[in-house]
Amino acid sequence: MSELTTKTIAELREGFRSGEFTAREIAESFNNAVAAAKSLNAFTVETPDDALAAAEAADKARGSGELSPLAGIPLGIKDLFATRGVDTTAGSNILKGFRPPYESTVTSNLRKAGAGMLGKLNMDEFAMGSSNETSAYGPVISPWRRKGSNVGLTPGGSSGGSAAAVSAGIAPGVTGTDTGGSIRQPAAFTGISGIKPTYGRCSRWGIVSFASSLDQAGPMARTVRDCAILLEVMAGFDPKDSTSLDLPVPPWETNLSSNLNAKRIGIPKEYRIDGVPAEINALWDQGIEWLKDAGATPVEISLPHTRYALPTYYIIAPAEASSNLARYDGVRYGLREEGVKTLDDMYAATRAAGFGAEVKRRIMIGTYVLSAGFYDAYFTKAQKVRALIKQDFARAFEQCDIILTPTAPSAAFGIGETTDPLAMYLNDVFAVPASLAGLPAMSVPGGLDAQGLPLGLHLIGNELDEQAVLNAGLAIEERAGFTAKPDKWW
Amino acid sequence: MSVTHEQVRHIAKLARIAMSEEELGRLVPELNNILGWVEQLGEVNTDGVEPLTAVIEQKLRLRDDVVNDGNIRDEVLANAPEAQHGFFAVPKVIE
Repeated sequence: MSELTTKTIAELREGFRSGEFTAREIAESFNNAVAAAKSLNAFTVETPDDALAAAEAADKARGSGELSPLAGIPLGIKDLFATRGVDTTAGSNILKGFRPPYESTVTSNLRKAGAGMLGKLNMDEFAMGSSNETSAYGPVISPWRRKGSNVGLTPGGSSGGSAAAVSAGIAPGVTGTDTGGSIRQPAAFTGISGIKPTYGRCSRWGIVSFASSLDQAGPMARTVRDCAILLEVMAGFDPKDSTSLDLPVPPWETNLSSNLNAKRIGIPKEYRIDGVPAEINALWDQGIEWLKDAGATPVEISLPHTRYALPTYYIIAPAEASSNLARYDGVRYGLREEGVKTLDDMYAATRAAGFGAEVKRRIMIGTYVLSAGFYDAYFTKAQKVRALIKQDFARAFEQCDIILTPTAPSAAFGIGETTDPLAMYLNDVFAVPASLAGLPAMSVPGGLDAQGLPLGLHLIGNELDEQAVLNAGLAIEERAGFTAKPDKWW
Repeated sequence: MSVTHEQVRHIAKLARIAMSEEELGRLVPELNNILGWVEQLGEVNTDGVEPLTAVIEQKLRLRDDVVNDGNIRDEVLANAPEAQHGFFAVPKVIE
């Protein structure tokens, strides 16, 4: 039943419900695909028995006529989500062997809806990276290759394992997390869809913290509809997260519509930046045409503080990270470095051995910008600029209903090709502003570049308006007709 | 502003990350590069702007002041590198 792995979640749901195939057959197909794709390095742990157990429950429930929304659907789970009894390491050596005695709210919601787990997905260490190269497990290799080349490419990051798994057809859908583009950039690099909802839609409880004021979970899948199906289950109020929004979850899937009549599409002029390949700007123009075709009217908008978003992010995110990652001290869980005499030396030795270079770099930056004498100059200043960036969007949404931009300033690059930290940070130039403003944003595939690599289009919606994002995403999906798949080499 | 080797050593101490002289030396230009870049925020006029504290406006909730969890000592200790007599164990602090 290998053809099952080519189906979307909506198709699997339909086929399972109608009895065309069983949940067990679905789970076995994906388990086999996962086992055969080790060269992608997409999974840190494989959990075939978990997927089978959920499938068995789904098949039984189908017999008795009770169907949960995700019954029969096996998913990949980013290693940032705490999963009861299953290694949860955030791609870091410092959490080696950590088996949470609890389950994150998001994965718990997915399980209650009947989903099984195929395994945990590789990622940049603590979600700090845009290429998956900072993972303690080594980088994920993208299923995509440049035309006529065998060079290993990055699937993007930090949700790189998630993106690779969906694009390789070894998981029908996955969870990702997005702090400054970590769902959208990898989705763009691998020709799949991914949405980061409004900050607070998905509970952060049980997700390993990176930058708490920015971290949001979201789904990645082959289609916009599949993202809507997953997001409806993942989102929802959770009293265990103080920033969780106490609002009902809209029926995003039912309300999907690619009719954009009377919708205004904002095109921010500040996103036309130097050094972006012409193909990306051409795709952006094509995206405008597609949305016009769907009934929308483009309007030029201005987001004047756009160029300050990345430097703002690279103060706030490391500051929050340095604070959040203080908990890794070798006492309560994870790695402990032995052979040192004092408690202070044990902390320092454990953190030296357990964290990788990028994580250390960000903790250092964060510690510095929060330290006495520098706090106001860096951190407070960044929080003020963040307020201005948020205000830019609020003003823009008086003139438009949705914003269209490219997702990333390049297609996927080769592993090892980008070694300068600043150059790496620039990957998220289009993704970060929406993160700083807490807005829902999505990447959908738009087409291939001349090298045969996927490029994504990026939709940013107003607060709580995931529906507008999904609808515009659907309109693009229907018109782009993106069906390209990587040639199987793994 | 730029950081010196001594300052980077101090930041590493604050961050509780052991670093060799060589590592510190490598980090000095890296951190200065990043700090030099973020300093462009100085160009932005933020007079009278309140620092953002909540990205999506909402009221902080209070929960009822009741015990709703607990009695899971063994679960809490299960992941400890070292646990003794129902406690986390650490290197001796007092001689």
